[in-house]
Amino acid sequence: MRVVAAMSGGVDSAVAAARMLDAGHDVVGVHLALSQSADTLRESARGCCTIEDAGDARRVADRLGIPFYVWDMAERFREDVVEDFVAEYRAGRTPNPCLRCNEKIKFAALLDKALALGFDAVATGHYAQVVEVPDEDAPSRVRRELHRAVDAGKDQSYVLGVLDADQLARSFFPLGDTVKEDIRAEAAGRGFAVAKKPDSHDICFISDGNTRAWLAERLGAEPGPVVDTSGQVLGEHGGAHGYTVGQRRGLGLRTPAEDGRPRYVLQTDTRTNTVVVGPEELLGVDRISGEHARWCGPAPAGIVEVGAQVRAHGEEYPAQAWADGDRVEVRLHRRVRGVAPGQSVVLYEGTRVVGSATIAATGRG
Amino acid sequence: MSEPAYLDHAATTPALPEVVEAVVAQLRRVGNASSLHTSGRAARRVVEESREDIAEALGCRPSEVVFTSGGTESDNMAIKGSYWARRQADPSRTRLVVSGLEHHAVLDPVLHLVKHDGAEVTWVEPDGDGVVRPEAVRSAIEQDPGSVALVSVMWANNEVGTVQPVAAIAEVVREYGVPFHTDAVQALGQVRLPLGEVGADLVTLTGHKVGGPLGVGVLVAGRDQRPVPLTHGGGQERQIRSGTLDVPGIAGLAVAVRHAVDHQAEHAARLARLRDRLITSALAADPTMAVSGWWQPGDVTHRLAGNAHLRVPGCDGDSLLYLLDAAGVQCSTGSACQAGVPQPSHVLLAMGLSEDEARGSLRLTLGHSSTEADVDSFLAALPPAVERARRARHATGRAG
Repeated sequence: MRVVAAMSGGVDSAVAAARMLDAGHDVVGVHLALSQSADTLRESARGCCTIEDAGDARRVADRLGIPFYVWDMAERFREDVVEDFVAEYRAGRTPNPCLRCNEKIKFAALLDKALALGFDAVATGHYAQVVEVPDEDAPSRVRRELHRAVDAGKDQSYVLGVLDADQLARSFFPLGDTVKEDIRAEAAGRGFAVAKKPDSHDICFISDGNTRAWLAERLGAEPGPVVDTSGQVLGEHGGAHGYTVGQRRGLGLRTPAEDGRPRYVLQTDTRTNTVVVGPEELLGVDRISGEHARWCGPAPAGIVEVGAQVRAHGEEYPAQAWADGDRVEVRLHRRVRGVAPGQSVVLYEGTRVVGSATIAATGRG
Repeated sequence: MSEPAYLDHAATTPALPEVVEAVVAQLRRVGNASSLHTSGRAARRVVEESREDIAEALGCRPSEVVFTSGGTESDNMAIKGSYWARRQADPSRTRLVVSGLEHHAVLDPVLHLVKHDGAEVTWVEPDGDGVVRPEAVRSAIEQDPGSVALVSVMWANNEVGTVQPVAAIAEVVREYGVPFHTDAVQALGQVRLPLGEVGADLVTLTGHKVGGPLGVGVLVAGRDQRPVPLTHGGGQERQIRSGTLDVPGIAGLAVAVRHAVDHQAEHAARLARLRDRLITSALAADPTMAVSGWWQPGDVTHRLAGNAHLRVPGCDGDSLLYLLDAAGVQCSTGSACQAGVPQPSHVLLAMGLSEDEARGSLRLTLGHSSTEADVDSFLAALPPAVERARRARHATGRAG
């Protein structure tokens, strides 16, 4: 197959590209330029703040002897990921930009461009597994399922929960059967200079990792009231969008609660710039309404028993779920804390990813 | 796949065999041209003979030839060095009059001076043919003649290949007593460069565009030009450019410049035939395409003989580049940039084209090793590449 290996310049995508080559595919390395300097041309903008990463990816491609190109998707990334991220926070939700990037950029803009240019698939360094199973409807054909990686600590199936069957059919995740430690060793064994490069954890377009300051620059940091569930003002916050449901630190409350127990953010309302706090037990929810449902295979019929994960690298909770068009209702078997609207709920059946939805509302009972 | 067709000679062109010989011969010898003993004198002799060869080929004086590391350094010396020198002599000389067609090696020093050193810039925009008119230069100077530190207009453009009327521009500039710089990196070897007849005070040249070694070039600086040095040290090259002289590079450069000038007419005629067939056949195959910059079949004086610049509507340049590369045809989308990210060309935008028009551009440049077979390979690879690239543009949902 002719495969585009998306190469970020990190160790994982380097090994993924190498493994695709070992498997006998015709591989071309592509680095996505996703950020653009805001300077004008006359200010001699050169496009990219990831020149070093592009250079690292290029050196791996050299070593593998594969062609390498940089594709500029900065405009799409800005519109579909960065602006969406800001808009979601403005609306009081807590988005996950990695899911959005996978949905809109890596397995849409990049995959579509690759297919149009004559490639058959895209390979990335995500930790997840694609398993081929016989298609029930046509036993001579196979269907591809998305499963968790064997390395539970690195598993990234959560951020891939937005892929539909068509996208999955064109995607390779060659690292899903290996633990991270072994990938590093493999990279070193292959002589990649990036073998010891640290993992990236932060949001890639917020270079200093300070999300709150980055958002404040774009959304302002207007002080507003911190209130309890009865509406009584307890203090002042520095902009409601800087707070996330479940957060305990940084509330700056002067008067302790009557019962002396810690208080948590229960809700943020960016319309009134209000942060509502309360005791831990009010954080627990067991009903989740999701919108913008995406199914990695057939949509579930009726009520199904699933595992629900509500944040990246979070725990999986037993639940029942049912689909209703674009919406998904999830009923958790026990109350769970810190479920933030805007995050995604990803549903699992065993290790298999069933699909995902964006959390629109939560409730109890 | 057969040998790839290399159609990117404006980026760099293969070294001539006699250049390789000259470089290797000097690499085998010892001698710092600044040393006073026998080996040093021998090295110095090679440098001075090379200087004389180059001066003779270009029609300037040997003392005007300042060796540098190439086009970018020569441009920086000319722009920054002259600006500083002019401002020192007369604090009111802070304005740079510069064409909108310039290479980044001129643009960026200008922008640096504006941002950090109190300079102002007046851009002289080209017309839709990619030509800067002498009268446009005059009116830019006329805005305030007493404030002009330097005028810079390139001899031939690196993207669209248009040759500028530098002799006429130099004449206008001379009326105001202002120094005139021209970047002639792309012009050398393809058009006549009679430096003795053209009144340019500072001329940038480099070796590797004409089969010389990479990393060596010249700033031809009139004897009355005293640009403030960018680097300080041993005081070589009229105290303008310190640093141990690159004897092998300079020897190779002299061979290449001599060759470029001696063979210019026949070289240009041969390349123009290839260029014209490439352009005519490409336009015949896809009439939606267009040539950027003034072009007329057979002409070798207004457009570089080796430059074809095509706009392909509905395509992204980077898709075309990938598809052609995969088909064994190597070309450029316009101007290369550090991270490999294509930006809409400032040259095409200055010529009045839209960002969308500028996006789908291909620059095909011919040189001494180019053959009819290279043109054939391109013409065969182009239609399927265009079709695919259009589909890719459509798939990624961009306008156009």
